[in-house]
Amino acid sequence: MRITQGTFSFLPDLTDEEITKQIQYALDNGWPCSVEFTDDPHPRNTYWEMWGLPMFDLTDAAGVLAEVNECRKAKPEHYIRLNAYNANYGKQTVALSFIVQRPSEEPGFRVERQEWHDRAIRYTLHPYAADKPHGQRYQQNGQQ
Amino acid sequence: MTPPDRLPGSKIPATRVGFGMARPGSNAAGPQAPEEAEEKETLPPDARIDLAKERAETGIDDVFNALDSELVGLAPVKNRIREIAALLLVDRARAQFGLSTSRPNLHMCFTGSPGTGKTTVAMRMADLLYRLGYLRRGHLISVTRDDLVGQYVGHTAPKTKEVLKRAMGGVLFIDEAYYLYREDNERDYGQESIEILLQVMENQREDLVVILAGYKDRMDAFFVSNPGMGSRIAHHIDFPDYTLQELDDIGKLMIRAEGYKFSPDAEKTFREYLNRRMKQPRFANARSVRNAIERARLRHASRLMEADKPVGKEELTTLSSEDFLSSRVFANSDSARTSDDSLTE
Ligand SMILES: Nc1ncnc2c1ncn2[C@@H]1O[C@H](COP(=O)(O)OP(=O)(O)OP(=O)(O)O)[C@@H](O)[C@H]1O
Ligand SMILES: [Mg+2]
Repeated sequence: MRITQGTFSFLPDLTDEEITKQIQYALDNGWPCSVEFTDDPHPRNTYWEMWGLPMFDLTDAAGVLAEVNECRKAKPEHYIRLNAYNANYGKQTVALSFIVQRPSEEPGFRVERQEWHDRAIRYTLHPYAADKPHGQRYQQNGQQ
Repeated sequence: MTPPDRLPGSKIPATRVGFGMARPGSNAAGPQAPEEAEEKETLPPDARIDLAKERAETGIDDVFNALDSELVGLAPVKNRIREIAALLLVDRARAQFGLSTSRPNLHMCFTGSPGTGKTTVAMRMADLLYRLGYLRRGHLISVTRDDLVGQYVGHTAPKTKEVLKRAMGGVLFIDEAYYLYREDNERDYGQESIEILLQVMENQREDLVVILAGYKDRMDAFFVSNPGMGSRIAHHIDFPDYTLQELDDIGKLMIRAEGYKFSPDAEKTFREYLNRRMKQPRFANARSVRNAIERARLRHASRLMEADKPVGKEELTTLSSEDFLSSRVFANSDSARTSDDSLTE
């Protein structure tokens, strides 16, 4: 199941050219960008792992895209997203966040039903990938 | 609630490949370059291009006019800049005929004494290359060894890469670049920084221009020990020391820009000041001129305050002879004191 989240979740995956344009838009607005990755794509998992620190004082998108590509190289089967932060509200606020890489196979989620008292049922989502320990999910030919 | 495991699995449309993952390597050519090249129609072989018009469209004449009116002297430097601009313009014209032109190497090295205008020219160069379409942004990031080289193992590469990222799309200006290399210590972290720079200068020419700056003799020695660096730099530009007349002109330009003028006798005193200052140690060309004027402005202000009289526009804008005469440059011209030189100019 193709997981979507973030700013362009309703669009097909962006090409590198489109990603570059979005990064440039963010930089032109003075928003620093950061790259994050995860192998736990549960929608409630807000805290992805940071690929380096947020990048401040950049002018041109090439530097950010280079980091995205570095991260892709190191984590070819992870989800990777790009965030842009707007500090104008007095604290760093996410202004833009979108996925820039996904694993080649996404097994998706199963729904789990929990019997509750009075015959009530509670539902929860469980990513198939999360059955494996952290770091071993979405592996292809031994790659991470 | 819809059971999520029955949500239709949306497929990426086959016509579009996302994330550029299906075309690895295409990033190396720069994300924007190929598209632009395709969009422009090739001219027929018998077409004519008006180079003067092309030139006017880029707006580089503004840069040249500013160079000529705001920078005194520097004829060899200005000439080289004109040559580079001509090359880029001709390359643009060639591209319109579909003639392939390899991207010229524009990494440069500026050598010259302190205050000869290296930083100033580098800034204009960034603007010029931006207007000619060679650079995407045209900003200038000015760094020294401390910004590039780390303090411990593993510190240097991230630091250098961070600076390079900031400079992308513009000019990376490395002042006193020879400090990156320490001859006496082969395990100095500077070497690591040099290697990263070399790689980027070779492989990412479309992303940034590197300008090294420093004194001529030390820069030459640096290139002898780092031949890789020397060979990646196409333009070695030497900034000559200014003559007395040029310094005088620079001073006049500066005071006019600040909204001051010389009283008739101050003009002569100022020239005499420059004449003496030039011969003293730690003379920094145009920067010394700027410092001298800053000091004169201070003295001028204190003089007006002490006089305790109403002042008009005339008094407020006129630097007089005494504002320069009380400088130590005149006081002990024969025993040239230099200890607190910058404060006493
Ligand atoms: N030809 C010139 N005409 C007018 N002003 C000049 C000229 N050259 C330099 N200046 C002025 O002199 C000052 C010093 O110039 P700049 O900082 O470019 O020197 P530099 O060569 O980079 O010196 P350093 O080697 O010490 O870094 C600046 O304020 C600049 O505006
Ligand atoms: Mg300088």
